[in-house]
Amino acid sequence: MKHTLSVLVENHAGVLSRVSGLFARRGFNIDSLAVGTTADPAVSCITIVVDDKENAIEQIEKQLNKLIDVIKLKVFTPDEIISRELMLIKVNATGQTRQEIKELADMYGAKIADITRNSMTIECCNTTERLENLLNIVRPYGLKQVIRTGSIALEKGNEQLTL
Amino acid sequence: MVTTVSEAMVRCLEAEGVETIFGYPGATICPFYDALSRSSIRHVLVRTEQNAGHAANGYARMTGKPAVCVVTSGPGATNLITGISTAYMDSIPMVIITGQVVSSLLGSDVFQEVDITGSVEAFIKHSYLVKDPKEIGRIFKEAFYIAGSGRPGPVLIDIPMDVQKMEIDFAYPEKAVIRSYKPSFKGHIGQINKAAAAIAKAERPLIVAGGGIFISGAEEALREFAHKTSIPVVNTLMGLGALEADDPLRLGMIGMHGVPPANYAVNQADVLILCGARVADRTIPNPGALSRQKTIIHMDIDPAEIGKNIGVDIPVVGDIKTILGQLAEVACETGTKDGLKVDSSRWSEWLETLDERQHTYHPDHGERRNYVNPKLFMHELYEKLPDDAIVVADVGQNQMWAANEFSVLHGRFLTSGGMGTMGYSLPCAIGAKAACPDRTTVSICGDGSFQMCFMELATECQHGIPVKTVVFTNNRLGMVREHQRVAWDNNLTAVFLDGSPDFAKLAEAYGIPSARIHLNDQIDLAIDSLIHSDGPFLLEVIVDPLEPTL
Repeated sequence: MKHTLSVLVENHAGVLSRVSGLFARRGFNIDSLAVGTTADPAVSCITIVVDDKENAIEQIEKQLNKLIDVIKLKVFTPDEIISRELMLIKVNATGQTRQEIKELADMYGAKIADITRNSMTIECCNTTERLENLLNIVRPYGLKQVIRTGSIALEKGNEQLTL
Repeated sequence: MVTTVSEAMVRCLEAEGVETIFGYPGATICPFYDALSRSSIRHVLVRTEQNAGHAANGYARMTGKPAVCVVTSGPGATNLITGISTAYMDSIPMVIITGQVVSSLLGSDVFQEVDITGSVEAFIKHSYLVKDPKEIGRIFKEAFYIAGSGRPGPVLIDIPMDVQKMEIDFAYPEKAVIRSYKPSFKGHIGQINKAAAAIAKAERPLIVAGGGIFISGAEEALREFAHKTSIPVVNTLMGLGALEADDPLRLGMIGMHGVPPANYAVNQADVLILCGARVADRTIPNPGALSRQKTIIHMDIDPAEIGKNIGVDIPVVGDIKTILGQLAEVACETGTKDGLKVDSSRWSEWLETLDERQHTYHPDHGERRNYVNPKLFMHELYEKLPDDAIVVADVGQNQMWAANEFSVLHGRFLTSGGMGTMGYSLPCAIGAKAACPDRTTVSICGDGSFQMCFMELATECQHGIPVKTVVFTNNRLGMVREHQRVAWDNNLTAVFLDGSPDFAKLAEAYGIPSARIHLNDQIDLAIDSLIHSDGPFLLEVIVDPLEPTL
């Protein structure tokens, strides 16, 4: 089952290395990882999506909590969160296909961020699942390059993760 | 007070009550050494950096406080890595100071530059790279607090040489305030209740005492709990001596190289009470089977240890000394919420069975043709050592011979349990002796491990830290040989120590008196010479290359 971890950490040099190193050496698999600052510039939030095949989530949580730089963390199942990911797709596009691709992008609420004689760059912010769908739909036109940020997430409802 | 960072570093150590540090200087740590020379802190110069770690390890284990070691950048720091990982695996409080190249050159691969904070990331409790000189006081205060509290461990402070030379307005903080680090001490009362109820309903309860007992200073709490409840106690290698040697409830060491009565008790118990023991593979090789068959109560200060290696029914997180006190009160005095109280008559049969096992178990102390029986030797040594002696075993067969016979009344048994670091015993013994100059300290090695650390004989001579050294010589890496015999079809390879020096002559070269024995009859006199000689002594004990560990 996929779990999403929101990890509040001190905004110091070397913290990301400590967190990612922990996953590597304990054999926990990371699906995606995204880091950014929070409302407090001294605190960063690392959002990690893990595919927990061996019920390791409890150990992951405990081991992360042992890191001195980890201030607070919370583990979510997919139905507990609003999650979003940003994806940029550079896809082959000529005069004949340009309009078709634009219409497909519209259906996913995506924008055309750049355009050339032979290609278009689609910008889409959505759930990981919807991004997969969009990617599969434009794949037949010929993908030149795809890049994704990894998920960020907030808990549904009024709850908040604060210090 | 305006001062240099290097002077401030020394003030920090003084404020923490540090009296002795272990180290090896080099260019990038020279500003600190310059300041240290004007302090009353004693510096013990080891002969290789790894051993600064092991000496600080022994010192920390005997004082119960974070010990300090200092080395230079690059190879000085990387040489210390094994000392750091050894301390980490055994939860030893330690503050490590490393010099670093000047900050403007960081990352450009200059002479003796290595990313030490990055290198040790996987086996250190926390680390700092000091870039802002004004942070020095806060960092030292935090480092000592983190190293010594909760589940202890090593903390490293890496300081560039230019930072050490800067001037600051210095005041040492009174307290470390770390918002993300708040270890818990008291056990949750609901969990204590559940544990007490499980024990009250048990028929064959058993306490497994680990190294956490010493870290917490819970020896007396353990003794009280065991005696109030009449629950027998087995030890892990790290928990050896947690219950005094003559205690009738003590069954000895469990695990791969443990004694039969103790392992029998683990297999037969219906409720296992794990106290500050992390269920390592050499101690409990079959955690899956045990957790299916028994009720497991796991008490540890590190929540991450609970459920890591063994399925647990009742976890209790907190300081083991506090928890044992709480548990004794609920189990024996107030009773649980449901009115359950320990009635030890429920397991009188269990105690009888274990007592019988204990009395019918006799270690092999027999004759060896042309060799000394090492088990008999250790038995005799423990009989003669003062009641408070410190024994440091190295790694390999010597370690298990020393462990399974251990019976010094109020003594301490130190060894590298988690990491199994060869060459640990002599430097650790030097550290332990430096902490407790009045206690006889014996380093037990094999001829393999001794050759990994004998350069430290010079350290004990130079600094007047007299350690008694016993070297079991079988001209083999004995435990590897045994493993190759059993698991690799007796294909003995790379385990022969031909070319070793004459250890008596080696000792003589250092001005250390020595003796060599090869018969059981010589044990008595040799041990007398070892114990009663003034200053250091080296005793070489020739054992049969075929002598088994158990």
